[in-house]
Amino acid sequence: MAYFEGAKMTAGYGDGPDIISSCSITANRGEIVAILGPNGAGKSTAMKAMLGLLKLKSGTVTLNGEDISKINPQDRVKKGISFVPQTRNVFAELTVRENLEIGGFLTEGSLENKIESIYSLFPILSEKKSQVVGQLSGGQRQQVALGRALMSDPSVLMLDEPTAGVSPIVMDELFEHIIKVKKTNVAVIMVEQNAKQALSISDRGYVLVTGQNKFEGSGNDLLEDPEVRRSFLGA
Amino acid sequence: MDFLNAIILLFNFTVIPALAYGSQLALGAIFVTLIYAVLRFANFATGDMMSFGTMFAVILTYYFQSLGIGLGVLPTALLTIPFAILMMILYMLIIDKFVFSYYRVKKSPPVQFAMVSVGVMFVTQAIIRIIIGPSDRRFLDGEKFIIKATEFKEMTGLAEGITLKSTQAITITVTLIVVSIMFWFLNRTKTGTSMRAYSDNEDLALLSGIDPKRVVLITWVIAGILATIGGVLYGLDKSYRPFVYFNNMLPIFAAAIVGGIGNPYGAFFGGYVIAFAEILLTYSYKKFVAYLLPSSLEPNSLMQLLSTDYKFVVSFSILVIVLLIRPSGIFKGKTI
Amino acid sequence: MRNYENVIYAYIIMLLLIICVGLFQSWSIALTILNYCLISAVMTIGANIQWGYAGLINFGIMGYTALGGLAVVLVSVDPVKKAWQVGGLNILGSIWIIVAIVFITRFILKRFEKSLIRNYSIAFLIIAGVILIRVTATPGIEAIESVDPAVSGFLGGMGLPVLMSWIIGALLAGALAFIVGKIALGLRADYLAIATLLIAEIIVSIIKHEEWLARGVKNVIGLKRPAPYEVELQKTQWFRDFIEKIYSNKLELINTIAQKKIVLNQLIIDASSIFVKLCFTSLFLSVVIILLIVTQKALYSPWGRKMRAIRDNEEAASAMGKNIVKEHLFIFILGSAIVGLAGAMMVTNDGLFTPGSYRPMRYTFVIWVMVIVGGTGNNFGAILGGFVVWFLWVEAAPISLFLIDLFTAHLPETNMIRSHLVESAPYFRFLLIGIGLLLIMRYRPQGIIPEKIIKQ
Repeated sequence: MAYFEGAKMTAGYGDGPDIISSCSITANRGEIVAILGPNGAGKSTAMKAMLGLLKLKSGTVTLNGEDISKINPQDRVKKGISFVPQTRNVFAELTVRENLEIGGFLTEGSLENKIESIYSLFPILSEKKSQVVGQLSGGQRQQVALGRALMSDPSVLMLDEPTAGVSPIVMDELFEHIIKVKKTNVAVIMVEQNAKQALSISDRGYVLVTGQNKFEGSGNDLLEDPEVRRSFLGA
Repeated sequence: MDFLNAIILLFNFTVIPALAYGSQLALGAIFVTLIYAVLRFANFATGDMMSFGTMFAVILTYYFQSLGIGLGVLPTALLTIPFAILMMILYMLIIDKFVFSYYRVKKSPPVQFAMVSVGVMFVTQAIIRIIIGPSDRRFLDGEKFIIKATEFKEMTGLAEGITLKSTQAITITVTLIVVSIMFWFLNRTKTGTSMRAYSDNEDLALLSGIDPKRVVLITWVIAGILATIGGVLYGLDKSYRPFVYFNNMLPIFAAAIVGGIGNPYGAFFGGYVIAFAEILLTYSYKKFVAYLLPSSLEPNSLMQLLSTDYKFVVSFSILVIVLLIRPSGIFKGKTI
Repeated sequence: MRNYENVIYAYIIMLLLIICVGLFQSWSIALTILNYCLISAVMTIGANIQWGYAGLINFGIMGYTALGGLAVVLVSVDPVKKAWQVGGLNILGSIWIIVAIVFITRFILKRFEKSLIRNYSIAFLIIAGVILIRVTATPGIEAIESVDPAVSGFLGGMGLPVLMSWIIGALLAGALAFIVGKIALGLRADYLAIATLLIAEIIVSIIKHEEWLARGVKNVIGLKRPAPYEVELQKTQWFRDFIEKIYSNKLELINTIAQKKIVLNQLIIDASSIFVKLCFTSLFLSVVIILLIVTQKALYSPWGRKMRAIRDNEEAASAMGKNIVKEHLFIFILGSAIVGLAGAMMVTNDGLFTPGSYRPMRYTFVIWVMVIVGGTGNNFGAILGGFVVWFLWVEAAPISLFLIDLFTAHLPETNMIRSHLVESAPYFRFLLIGIGLLLIMRYRPQGIIPEKIIKQ
């Protein structure tokens, strides 16, 4: 039994067709899991279903053995699941520090220690702490987004295309940060377009096609699998 | 000496009234902007909501006066403000529960909200007129002046005097206190920060565990405080008449947009921009110029840029110009 | 045809209500209400074109209505020669200055790059222009306003037939809409609402305070009519004969000739007022029918489909290469022109122009309630909305008085609450309209007659 598990999930938007059907994804603390696949394969949908942003028609989501399929996203957040959306993932009108404070909104008591630990994880944020996030560069914003998500002391961190639209150098830097996060005993699930790079830092990966699990395995296995390479890695 | 007289003259007839009027507009504009930022709609019931709160202050003032309760030199109305605020907040929350919340849950477009607020405007106006009637009411008591022109002239020996009405002093002081507390609340407290976060990015705020119901509640509470205080101060300074309050919505909107709608600092500043523009552009500078120029050059026209009939036109024109040149307002508000 | 049944029923009920007023109150009141309903219907058609076809919120209806009303004065009133002699040149001069300022500003905007200096020079130009206008115009205005201030004191109009003013009113309103549209149409919906509301306020404020133009708040009374005057009608032989014939049965019952004459005279006076109102009714009805036919045709033309496509999905429509800005401007002008026409019709009906009476509540928001209540995007609905809401607006006070009496019947006449409520009866119309709007928006957001029913 994995720590965080979405089993045989089927879901779609509203009354529309199912985007994912019988799709299963698991993650354990201290590992990075990548969800890959072509456009429209239901990668983000699978993640949103695990967060509770859309209703499951069938299947379950469990956290540490507890069935959380029925509770709403806010309560899942309280249980330790954190999510970084692909777009609009920071409070652009607030300062860096305020973003972190909001991230720890549900935490009782002082946030100082927590904020300090985020600063040590992302030193640049400490420098820019009084700046309004809207003025930061793309890479720095993503760090704010990660920092905000980590403020709630999550055991699961879900990232929707964290490297979309950033330069390759920034991408490498972000991946390094994600590895650091993983080392704090967090289960990291990320949807990624940059499949090769994502797999290279992932412990495991899932390849979804038309909403179903097509391949799964360790990062290296998938990278070496000729079929996966041919269809999704472009080599 | 003439130079000093000219300055005093200008100060007395433009700066003091503009500061007082600007404060009243600023409170209303922050109210508009707050509703816009958090609840995301242009509230066309603004003027009437301010009127609603003021109505209670007026009624309670009369009641307190009949009981002989007062504040001595200060107007009795100040004593009634807390009660009026409570009634105002209660009314706003009832309206929100039965009217606005439905559209919020449905995530209706802002246009629909605006139309709904027009309905609220009608209802509020009806309630006010049914309770207190449409007539003009004065409810100022206590000391009327802090400085009288004649006293000032005697004291300084100048030809021009400064009149400081107590309502003007109270307006400016109360506004500064209320606005400072509000900015402190928005910027320095956890709840205030969460409100700004909700206004900035609702989805992410929800994901961070911010309770939207609480944010909405607190927004209405602050709105109720601002609306009532702004309305009472205006009523003390001029008088209370429901129709005038409805019309005041227009310069208040202008102030909020000029400052950058959704931005409380902008709204605060915008209130004074509108007030100063209205008063400076419709003031007759004849006497002022006469002091500065030799008597042979004394102007015989009023030296007035626009007649006072066009007070409102000034603020609306400023709004149109701002919309043309810098649609997001002087301080950058939400993108238009 | 089943789809049209609802529409027909709705209109029949409305008509019955008006007939009820005729039976219980008086036929003259019923016709007055009907005429105003028709005028309101024209306004709602205008507003509905903007809102229902294109999703544009125009809270400036009051401004266009007032401009249409102004047109009646400017077109139909005879020119005041003396006023033109004493101040005409100054006014014309000022108008030329305004034109010059506009063109110079446009020139500067076109010719020079965006810069701070450019902004300042335009600001300077406008301030200098305002001062220049005041210097030029003030002596003229004073002279004009002192010509017979009790009855005239303004430049008067062109002395043309009053029906001309309906067209001119529409044109004036359209021209204003062009300017406003150029300024404000790029804004987001709720900003557009606020901007148009404020611009309308500017228009009314100018009409109110520029007394040389149309006497401002001193009002212009005794405007020309496209229908006969009651007093003259009463003297006309054929009308007298006609009335005598209609009531011949009733008159035969009266014995003395003198008595007969008195009764007949009273009947003729009553009938003349109704006859005049009927003349107006037929005029207004023809306008409504013509507009209805034209707008219905337009709605189902390729152009109408395009407009609805733009309304329902702006992005997709613009991606398909539709020029949204241009279409919006066109529709904004068209709708405003129709509102201007309605404004002219209203002043013609009243026979007087009272700038002080233009208030946003009555001339903007109530019209909007009509559009929303009736059914957005379809003309039958909008017209019905005009009828229903106007009817409520007028009849709310009597109805609420009746209800107050009913509910407080157990209280003595002198009871404080009762007398207070009776005094407040006129304000229940706001309550009724407001609650009506809120209920419709909540439970029938498509209006009484939704767009869909008509669509098929």
